[in-house]
Amino acid sequence: MLQVSIYRYNPETDSAPYMQEFQVDTQGRDVMVLDVLHMMKEQDNGLAYRRSCREGVCGSDGMNMNGKNGLACITPLSEVVKGNKLTLRPLPGLPVIRDLVVDMGLFYQQYERIQPYLQNDEPAPAIERLQSPEDRDKLDGLYECILCACCSTSCPSFWWNPDKFVGPAGLLQSYRFLVDSRDTATRERLSELEDPFSVFRCRGIMNCVAVCPKGLNPTRAIGKIREMLLANGS
Amino acid sequence: MVTNVTNLGRSGLSDWLIQRVSAIILALYTLFIVLYLLFNPNLDYATWSGLFAQTWMRIFSLLAFVSLAGHAWVGLWTVTTDYLKPTAIRVTVQLLVILAIFAFLVWGIQILWGA
Repeated sequence: MLQVSIYRYNPETDSAPYMQEFQVDTQGRDVMVLDVLHMMKEQDNGLAYRRSCREGVCGSDGMNMNGKNGLACITPLSEVVKGNKLTLRPLPGLPVIRDLVVDMGLFYQQYERIQPYLQNDEPAPAIERLQSPEDRDKLDGLYECILCACCSTSCPSFWWNPDKFVGPAGLLQSYRFLVDSRDTATRERLSELEDPFSVFRCRGIMNCVAVCPKGLNPTRAIGKIREMLLANGS
Repeated sequence: MVTNVTNLGRSGLSDWLIQRVSAIILALYTLFIVLYLLFNPNLDYATWSGLFAQTWMRIFSLLAFVSLAGHAWVGLWTVTTDYLKPTAIRVTVQLLVILAIFAFLVWGIQILWGA
C-alpha cells in the first residue's frame, strides 16, 4: 500500500488548507502519479486536479510531487516515491483555487507580455515567409514548451515577483521569437526586457532546468537574451 | 515596461554589468591581499603602510572600494525588492543602504588618502 499525503483546500468549506492521508493499492505496479490520483479520486470524488491528454503533451497536470515539480502523467512512482511515501501539493507560488488546481493568471500574464507571436513589418510574400534549415534549427529546444508552469513555479525569483519577472517559461518563449529569422521586432522586444526585473531577476540557480518535463533549458535562453541585450545596449 | 528609481544603474542591463565587472575586480583585490599576507608572514606596520603609500595600490584599493559600493548597492537593492513588500519599509531600507554605502565609501577614501 502506497502512503499518499495530498494537499486539500476547498475555499467554500475549509478555513485553511490541510494535508489528507490516503492508502492506495497499486498492486505492485510502477504506475504514473496521475494513475494514483485517479485511484484516490475513486475513494474521494471531491478531489480536484487538472488533467487532459495524460501523456505529457497538454501540460495540465503540473504539480509538486515529493518536493519536485513535474507532470503527474509522465512521472512514474519509481522516479519520485521514497520510503513508500508520496506527497502531492499544488504548484508552489500560485494562488490555489481548489486542492491541486491553481490560478495560472499571473503565469499567463507574463506569457502575454512577451508578445508570443511573430511580428514582421515587411510586405508579405506571395506564398510564405521562407526560413533556411539553419535558422529553423535555432528554434529547437524553444518551441517545444507546453506552458505547464513547472519551471516558473519552481523559481524563487518568480515566487517573489510574479508581477514583474517574466519567469523561465515566458523568457524561453521570448527568446524563441527574438531568435526567429522571420521576426523583425527584435529591437522593440529587447527594449521591453532591459529593466531590472523582467529578465535580470534571474539569478541562474537553474531550478527551471532541473524540473522541465520536456528537458528544455530556460537558463540558457535567458543567457542568450542577456547577450542580445548587451550587444544592443553597449 | 517595469520601471525603477532606486536601483543603481536605472536599467537591469547596466546593473547586471556593474555586478559582474565589480565581482571580478573584488575577486582580484581579495586574491592580491591574501597572497600579499601569505608572502609577508612577518608583516610590520612600516611595510603595510608602505604598500598603501604607493599610488598604484591606492588606485587599486579605490577601484575595489568603488566596486564594493556598486556591488553592494545592486545586490542589496535586489534583496530588498525580493523580500520587503510594503513600499514604505522597502524604500526606507533602500535609502539607508545607499546612505551607508556612501558613508563607508567616503570613509574609505579618507583612510586611503588621509595623513
